[in-house]
Amino acid sequence: MLISNIEIIPGKKITEHLGLVQGSTVRAKHAGRDFMAGLKNIVGGELKGYTELLQESRQEAVNRMSEQAKAIGANAVINVRFSTSAIAAGASEILAYGTAVIVEEK
Amino acid sequence: MEAFIQLGLFLSLLFIGYFFGRRAEKQHYKSITQREDQLRDIYLSTDRFPTREYLRHDTQLVQGSVVISVDYFKVILSGLKNLVGGRLTAYESLLDRARREAILRMQSEAKALNAHAVINTKFETSRISGSAGQGIGSIEVLAYGTAMIPRA
Repeated sequence: MLISNIEIIPGKKITEHLGLVQGSTVRAKHAGRDFMAGLKNIVGGELKGYTELLQESRQEAVNRMSEQAKAIGANAVINVRFSTSAIAAGASEILAYGTAVIVEEK
Repeated sequence: MEAFIQLGLFLSLLFIGYFFGRRAEKQHYKSITQREDQLRDIYLSTDRFPTREYLRHDTQLVQGSVVISVDYFKVILSGLKNLVGGRLTAYESLLDRARREAILRMQSEAKALNAHAVINTKFETSRISGSAGQGIGSIEVLAYGTAMIPRA
């Protein structure tokens, strides 16, 4: 599965458009990590635990998106965008969306 | 008596925030400029389409993200600044650091793939709500783009 955030794929030809596909995940914070983050809010700096957590969830969202694309017979997802929103205190939603297409070698 | 303890706690938090926050910011900027020099050979652009020289390259999505938190001193400083308005330089440097760090992580992911360039770079900033909605707590910055990898 080719995933890209540009609208064309160099050296390949888009033969069919299959429409929008998306994948999302909602993750809650870990109580222990939250406590450490509270301490970090005093001294400042990077919150490594959260960085990792969000990376994992983003990967999960991308995986779900490519599964959906595979299910409708696509072999690439182009023009991918990410979006993050805090839906409740301590939980955030991560969404990945793009256009599923079929590409062929030129 | 209790008021004195509270005042003491507030002042020591303020001092800890100022001291460690400043040190962390200085070190972070130093490491950012150092790594920016190392990764300068990876061409970065916001163009939506690859230029002619990249038309025979393979593509792959790359990303870099960072969650960064403000220190207590900056929260208080910006709280005071909110009364009179104007530029919040304390937050400006925070966001600048976070964004440059995210770009650097994206670039090093591209470098690990032997890419020549990253095009169509996009940013996404979101707030991770801190305790009881006071101050900005911590922010996440994500940078993502398409890496152009030469074909073997």
